[in-house]
Amino acid sequence: MKTIENVSRRNLLKGLGIGSGALVLAVNFPEFIGMPKAIAAGQISKFEPSVYVHINSDNTVGIVVHRSEMGQGIRTSIPMIVADELEADWQQIKVIQGLGDKKYGSQNTDGSRSVRRFYYPLREAGVTARTMLEQAAAQQWQVPVEQVFAKEGYIHHGSSGKKVPFGELVEAASRLPVPDPQALTLKESKDFNFIGKSDVALVDGHDIVTGNTTYGYDVDLPGMEYVVIARPPVLASALESFDASKAKAIKGVIDVVALDNLQEPPLFKPLGGVAVIAKNSWAAMQGRDALDIKWKVSDHKVYNTDTYKQMLKDSCDNAEAVLRKKGDVDTALASADKVLAGEYYVPELIHVPMEPPAAAAHFHNGQFDIWACTQTPQSAQNTVATLLNVAPEKVNINVTLLGGGFGRKSKPDFIVEAALMSKRRGKPVKVLWTREDEIKNGYYHAVSYQKIKAALGPNNEVNAWKHDVALPTISSTFAKGANVIGGEADLGLIDMPYDIANVQCAAGKATAHTRIGWLRSVTNINQAFAICSFADELARNAGEDPKDYLLKLIGKDRQINLAEENAKYGNYGEPMEKYPIDTARLKNVVERVAKMSDWNKPRAEGKALGIAVHRSFVSYVACVAEVSKKADGKIKVDKVWLSVDCGTAVNPERIRSQMEGAAVFGVSIAFFGELTAKDGVIEQSNFHDYPIARIADSPVTNVDIVESDDLPGGVGEPGVPPVVPAITNAIYELTGTRYRELPLNKMGIV
Amino acid sequence: MITLTVNGKQHQYDDDENMPLLWALRDILNYKGTKYGCGKGLCGACTVHLNGQPIRSCATPVSVVGDQKITTIEGLSENGDHPVQEAWQELNVPQCGYCQSGQIMSAVALLKSNPSPTDEQIDIAMSGNICRCGTYERIRKAIHRAAQLKIDVKEQS
Repeated sequence: MKTIENVSRRNLLKGLGIGSGALVLAVNFPEFIGMPKAIAAGQISKFEPSVYVHINSDNTVGIVVHRSEMGQGIRTSIPMIVADELEADWQQIKVIQGLGDKKYGSQNTDGSRSVRRFYYPLREAGVTARTMLEQAAAQQWQVPVEQVFAKEGYIHHGSSGKKVPFGELVEAASRLPVPDPQALTLKESKDFNFIGKSDVALVDGHDIVTGNTTYGYDVDLPGMEYVVIARPPVLASALESFDASKAKAIKGVIDVVALDNLQEPPLFKPLGGVAVIAKNSWAAMQGRDALDIKWKVSDHKVYNTDTYKQMLKDSCDNAEAVLRKKGDVDTALASADKVLAGEYYVPELIHVPMEPPAAAAHFHNGQFDIWACTQTPQSAQNTVATLLNVAPEKVNINVTLLGGGFGRKSKPDFIVEAALMSKRRGKPVKVLWTREDEIKNGYYHAVSYQKIKAALGPNNEVNAWKHDVALPTISSTFAKGANVIGGEADLGLIDMPYDIANVQCAAGKATAHTRIGWLRSVTNINQAFAICSFADELARNAGEDPKDYLLKLIGKDRQINLAEENAKYGNYGEPMEKYPIDTARLKNVVERVAKMSDWNKPRAEGKALGIAVHRSFVSYVACVAEVSKKADGKIKVDKVWLSVDCGTAVNPERIRSQMEGAAVFGVSIAFFGELTAKDGVIEQSNFHDYPIARIADSPVTNVDIVESDDLPGGVGEPGVPPVVPAITNAIYELTGTRYRELPLNKMGIV
Repeated sequence: MITLTVNGKQHQYDDDENMPLLWALRDILNYKGTKYGCGKGLCGACTVHLNGQPIRSCATPVSVVGDQKITTIEGLSENGDHPVQEAWQELNVPQCGYCQSGQIMSAVALLKSNPSPTDEQIDIAMSGNICRCGTYERIRKAIHRAAQLKIDVKEQS
């Protein structure tokens, strides 16, 4: 067994006082493929049967968290899973943040899939280690392995009462062959110590409340220079000229340099511009603001929000890309007793994680050492390697804590900026994005226009559903000129779950003029808003209770087979047989949320409820919102109830916190979220003109988690989509006005 | 040269006097618990205490601070056991944690002036602190809990 520690890097950080578990350097673990382990000469101090877990002779257990912590609690949840199967004592766990390395499998921390994808691999890591420790103890005691068992960090012998701590078995266990995974027995859920329990404190809780944390913004390297960049206000504009004389006159500014212009498509490439290098953050920011830059403005200057909205609206009428087709909607609409129609508009949105993007890099001896608040260290590694022409093995990505991610930090453009600036300067650098940078030069949630039409029969039964959408596509970020949505259709459009004979979902064209990215929940936000609003409109039209009507619309218990309806559905990367679209689970969360919110109980004067349900990231979430009119006539969301079925609930405490956060995230979208563009420039810049929910806006949340042994589903994102339509549906109940366009603060009602 | 007093410790500061306290703390004096979120006094991530009063350090130049007493999150307690810090941990308030230094500093200042605030008073006092993760409800609960812990501490002593 060989363990390589990069001493220079470790000492570098040690000298900086970076530690406390927030930024522990991972060592390079050996690969294993179920073969007997080669034993190096000398004393063995570490038993390492998996890349995710090792046991040290000092009786500590190192658990590698290979996914990024951005508030979802993964640095707590992964250790819970591994420690449970291992039968470790929680106090002996040391959490180690994994470097970017493909040996861990995917580290791309988005798509609500950390637990979903790694629940079994992590349990396997734990049970492998436990089994080998048991075998080692049994050998030592010369008893059959069936007579020993692991508990709270010890291996016990049943009849004799003997016990030995894990740490004392390190050497013996290291000499054993790693068992075949098929031969391992996972614990039964009734025997779990941590999985499904709510009493595990946050791994980073103490460090957070004492300020002892290291986020990307906090990384400090000896001799480090600070870089702030003026990027083109209009995407892909070229630098014409710049005057740096005022910037260079600022105390602390070291130099000002031009960067290469962006060649589209943007991918994760730097945006170009002019970089100010300084001795501290403030000088760099001041220097950047003092630059006088002339741009050769690109064709994206045609982007104006008002005209773009009209274009999207028109594009819905030419929605030629048919993405799901069942029956014949046109005939049904033509012969309908009544046609109900709704048009929905959700503006361009941006992430605003509290920590804007930041990355530190040190290029030396042909390699890059990088520290960054990244959701995706392997993508950062590969992008730096490709763009800066080094082998991926020469790019070490250390993952710091993330001050929020929401999808922004899965784009490593800012990390490439740091790498190239370090190479250029021959020194360690830290590239800092200001809030203004983050808002004006982001990867945006696409502005969208949607039209839904329903053909109704004589008794208001829905015979046809036609949903047309137009929005610039994420694909345009990766392929210049891409103008029809792809994967976005799978996020709440074509998987519309209502039981209707004729269904058609289609998309029109839209050319992107900004970088389009993904924001927490992605197009589920706008598509669930339209679909769940329209369901409410159908209920009102029929004069029925929205909850009862919703259940009727979902229809009989079944698994929806979209392949039979000419739809190619990605299902969040999961096989349909494992994670079907199960209408029974959808209805169950509706029933549960109605029950917990006392849906049928009449509300006091000036209060009203709205309901919505949506499946995303293979989880099911129903939401009831209670709104009221305040003394000043403005509307407030007082309460939100959420019932979530995410299959096996690994860390219910963090699931609740994600749902609470989703409610607030939904309020931000419903009330405030709107970016506008003028001549290709995003007009907003900071929290004064891109407000998000504050404490007084935030509702009291009640969360219900369905007890389930099903496969784990997503948690970080599925809470958001139903919140927004639940709010607007409640506002309709309260005021009689239907809001089909966001945000609501534009309407003067919030 | 200015002498800055941070958490009871004196530091000689001879950099730009117009530099906001936030950057002086973070980049020059290496107190990184105080965070940048907006640079315009809009989000509260940079909240520290100046003579016990909460201020936005991103919008407060070093020259204004002078020799007044600065308290940052690192100086709130010796062992992270201030009642507000304890309540925050007990209720698992943080998600990403980035804004929480500022939230905690605002909460401590609130409880100092109002040992037992109502929800409404909390909402007003904490209105300048943004949390994108949406931990507000737990912040409210944790402030009530800290108020309780403070009373308990007093009753014991």
